[in-house]
Amino acid sequence: MKDIFIMLAQRLSLGVVTLFVVSLIIFLGVSLLPGDAAQAMLGQSATPDTVAALRARMGLDQPGYIRYFTWLGGILQGDFGVSIANDREISDLLGWRFANTLFLALLAAVVSVPLALTLGILAALYRNSVYDRAVNVITLSSISTPEFFVAYILILVFAVQLGWFPSLANVGPDTLFFERVYACVLPAATLTLVVVAHMMRMTRAAIINLLASPYIEMAALKGIPRRHIIVRHALPNAWAPIINVIVINLAYLIVGVVVVEVVFVYPGLGQLLVDSVQRRDLPVVQACSLVFAATYVLLNLSADILSILTNPRLLHPK
Amino acid sequence: MTSEDLETEPRPAKPGGGAAAWRELKKAPLTAQFGLVVIAFYLFVALFAQYLAPHGESEIVGAEFEPRFGEFFLGTDNLGRDMLTRLIYGAQNTIGIALATTVLAFMLGGVVGIMAAVLGGWFDQFASRLVDVLMAIPALIFAMLLLTIFGTGWLTLITVIGVLDSTRVYRIARAVSINVVVMDFIEAARLRGEGVPWITVREVLPNIMPPLVAEFGLRFCFVFLTISALSFLGLGIQPPDADWGSMVRDNATLITYGDINPLLPAAAIALLTIGVNFVVDWFLHKTSGLKDEH
Amino acid sequence: MNTDTVDTTVGADNSLLLEMRGLCIEGFSDEEWHQIVKDVDITLHRGRMLGLIGESGAGKSTIGIAAMGYAKPGCRINGGRIVFDGVDLTAASEEEKRRLRGAKIAYVAQSAAAAFNPAHKLIDQFAEAVTEHGIGSRDDAYADAKDLYARIKMPDPDGIGFRYPHQVSGGQLQRAMTAMALSCRPDLLIFDEPTTALDVTTQIEVLVTMRDIVEQFNCAAIYITHDLAVVAQMADNIMVLRHGETVEEAETRRMLSAPQADYTKSLWAVRSFRKQHPAPPPEDTPLIKVDNVTAAYGPVTVLHEVDFAIHRGHTVAVVGESGSGKSTAARVITGLLPPQTGAIYYDGAKYPGNYRKRSKEQLRHVQMIYQMADTAVNPRQKIRDIVGRPLSFYLGMDGDEKERRLRELMDMIELDPNKFLDRLPAELSGGQKQRICIARALAAEPAFIICDEVTSALDQLVAEGILKLLDRLQRELNLAYMFITHDLATVNAIADEVIVMLQGRIVEQGAKHEIFSPPHHQYTELLLSSVPEMDPDWMDNVLAQRRAKGGMAAAGN
Repeated sequence: MKDIFIMLAQRLSLGVVTLFVVSLIIFLGVSLLPGDAAQAMLGQSATPDTVAALRARMGLDQPGYIRYFTWLGGILQGDFGVSIANDREISDLLGWRFANTLFLALLAAVVSVPLALTLGILAALYRNSVYDRAVNVITLSSISTPEFFVAYILILVFAVQLGWFPSLANVGPDTLFFERVYACVLPAATLTLVVVAHMMRMTRAAIINLLASPYIEMAALKGIPRRHIIVRHALPNAWAPIINVIVINLAYLIVGVVVVEVVFVYPGLGQLLVDSVQRRDLPVVQACSLVFAATYVLLNLSADILSILTNPRLLHPK
Repeated sequence: MTSEDLETEPRPAKPGGGAAAWRELKKAPLTAQFGLVVIAFYLFVALFAQYLAPHGESEIVGAEFEPRFGEFFLGTDNLGRDMLTRLIYGAQNTIGIALATTVLAFMLGGVVGIMAAVLGGWFDQFASRLVDVLMAIPALIFAMLLLTIFGTGWLTLITVIGVLDSTRVYRIARAVSINVVVMDFIEAARLRGEGVPWITVREVLPNIMPPLVAEFGLRFCFVFLTISALSFLGLGIQPPDADWGSMVRDNATLITYGDINPLLPAAAIALLTIGVNFVVDWFLHKTSGLKDEH
Repeated sequence: MNTDTVDTTVGADNSLLLEMRGLCIEGFSDEEWHQIVKDVDITLHRGRMLGLIGESGAGKSTIGIAAMGYAKPGCRINGGRIVFDGVDLTAASEEEKRRLRGAKIAYVAQSAAAAFNPAHKLIDQFAEAVTEHGIGSRDDAYADAKDLYARIKMPDPDGIGFRYPHQVSGGQLQRAMTAMALSCRPDLLIFDEPTTALDVTTQIEVLVTMRDIVEQFNCAAIYITHDLAVVAQMADNIMVLRHGETVEEAETRRMLSAPQADYTKSLWAVRSFRKQHPAPPPEDTPLIKVDNVTAAYGPVTVLHEVDFAIHRGHTVAVVGESGSGKSTAARVITGLLPPQTGAIYYDGAKYPGNYRKRSKEQLRHVQMIYQMADTAVNPRQKIRDIVGRPLSFYLGMDGDEKERRLRELMDMIELDPNKFLDRLPAELSGGQKQRICIARALAAEPAFIICDEVTSALDQLVAEGILKLLDRLQRELNLAYMFITHDLATVNAIADEVIVMLQGRIVEQGAKHEIFSPPHHQYTELLLSSVPEMDPDWMDNVLAQRRAKGGMAAAGN
């Protein structure tokens, strides 16, 4: 068991290092701005006074490493600084929007993970059947389609023509849970459609790969019924690849959310990011990027850790 | 009876050439044939946009949002520009930029990936860790951050997406090369005293072409979708240049009135990526399915 | 189970158990169906063991597994009848066949490491078939497993079953798989090359286990192998297969002493090749001197103070089992693994330890031929380019001069230049590819060639052709060979001197006749005595001798 702790510790520390480097990149990226950050943000028409004021506010008159550690130290205490566009505390802007984004992603995940796993495993078990071929064509088409296309088709059909669901996912801080779910049906459906295709293709590939193992053939030659082969021989070895598939797609959900939020004008982190990019509100862009990246890193890290914990060779060392 | 007679000699390879390629195509599944036709059509439109388009790229020819099948075959957009013209020029801009980006990603990621596999050691370590870190940030978010910093010209767009996407090319190029590099013929070449360029170009590259070609198709789709998404978000190809992603965004309001016109550029995007994916799927099936089980 | 031991089962039921008539199996490749088994008949009675022998592509595994009514993915049975204990498996439903598999017919795979599920303990995999077929409870199966493990003399029989597959060594795993096959006391066992992946000293224990078990439980068995000597120890009857067809079948002793078909005779004759010419007298300066070399992969030292010399025109065979360091010694000579201490001398001159620091001329002097000809030639280059590259790279040849030399080289390796020069490796057979590797080595005009297990991936007849070719080239070109192998028959055929290695050290070295005649070093003795011989009594004799010396301790560990 010692090995496994060492491996877990290695993974965790690697995750921390990655987060640190990511924060560095996000911070340094801004210093790469051609010319002066404050000038670039305000544009050519800004007066020298306003530029100087912004410089002071952004702390640009201090050396880089001090600025970095001040910034990082603030974030670790939940202080992301102040938005340049509207002077509000970024952490106030971020908080409930991030919760909204997570809510939407979670809603999509709750539907798509079981759906994709079931469909993927069925496609693997009935390989080369009509079902499998049909699913292949449909999922290939689905992953080839831009999210906004799916989103607008759903709007066209279910909001405009049928009028079942709202075309704008308007939620406020006081919206009740079920109203919230109702408002999120179309955005979540969009995400689900796109992510299910990815996830089930990966599940199918992982299971087919697994079913080709000699020990599966051995189990068949021992006269084990097919359902027991799947449950007893394939499944225990399938956790690692399946977890991997799920987490990769959850990470994808978190990112895919950006476009969907914009289409449905959903007040999430992605919407905030896009707005801030357009306003060149750098501190907010940095904060949003960092939150997205951190979520992404943590998801990938948990995939690594779970696949270590489910690997029989590592769980039962020599 | 010499000992060699005892072994069955594999059949000589089938003659190659155009006729063989044509036979393969005729045997290909319907989806792949459909994909090839779609790709050919798009390339044709992109290459000859200037001759095909009825109007100038950003020429205002009528009123805003004129309906389809009237004076203008596909109507006009939010500024009164001809939709059909915009769609045709959009093919040129969007496909051109996506293709340039993919080529950049492959030149960068492919070369560095193969070199990492061949050289190993600190070069591999350094490149792989760098790629790990770059890939730790989701590509779309990273692209938005970088485009905020560097601005949104088409050159920055190609560079930023190309560099970010090269990390994925690096991963696959390194992975397939490593499978080749462990083979004895590479060791034989090293022991012969061959240099890294020879090993990379003459020994490794010919053996990893099939997976790289397939990956090129997949990466192209991914880049194409990313650029479309960025354009849709207003961060990609900038006006007045026609682009499918931004065309959807500019005309999106019509959808709430039940008009499908804004969806045409989105459908154009989807059709091309579906076509490419079908062809790649067939190609992957062919190149991996040739292995004999006995 | 030999003829003399059959008597011990007199009184046991020896009725007809398995009958295959006109069996045909086809496989799907290159988008076509190919016939891989053609009209094969097999009859097997209870308590008897049939050996299926043949070279790669003979269809022996496909036939063996067909006895379970099973066809591998991509294959299908397309003719004939398979009647097991009165049940026609070709007509039986999947459910009927499933009830027989594991319960009445059990399978022992080539690689136990791959065939055991990594997620479950050995004993649970043992018990699975028992409970699944409703033969007993889990506890019964556990008790039975421990009993069987003890009977086949596994170490710690009560505890070993509770380990996971990766926690057990290869030889033990193969024996555990044999025990697992017996969990339901089947009537028929299929052994599919069960010892091919094992070292020779491990192989004998596993063979003994399998033979004993078949005798104890009066099973019938089909033993599939490409190794004649092994099948001679195991089977009552032998069937020779080639290209999916039966060549001949006979009782073991008669088949060994009086084969009828030409093909069988040529198979039998394979091990008779002996090097034709005596080695020239050694010169004062050896061509290659490995001077007191110690080498390591990272923290693990894999060669300990290895010291030997190879003279011009001599063949030095380096023998040892996996992990003995024999291939590592070659890597040190080529410069792929620089030594920690000691050095390599070529013709008296010290060579840099790392191949990157060696000159072109120094690299040219040390050539290498690999075990897997498949991976040793670039599949995307034509033969002309593969063999031609050393000519232009080392010797600066081009144009007509290069073409002439290419043709000379092809003639030397007995392949028609007109036919082969413009082919790709995929259009050559395994033996032909190995010849191309030899030509590539010769193209550099070396005096010394390392041959790393060059024949072990080839069928025996083809392997012998390669040995003869290497022998002729040595005579003509006065080449020195370092011949790395685990196969003592090959050593006997071609070596002038022998080096025996164990765990990174040289155990014994000297002229071949010295090594092969007593007194032996203890390990050499074990190694020599573990190599199966064509004599069907060989294994019994070895066991008797070892028992006399109180010696199963050495092998039984």
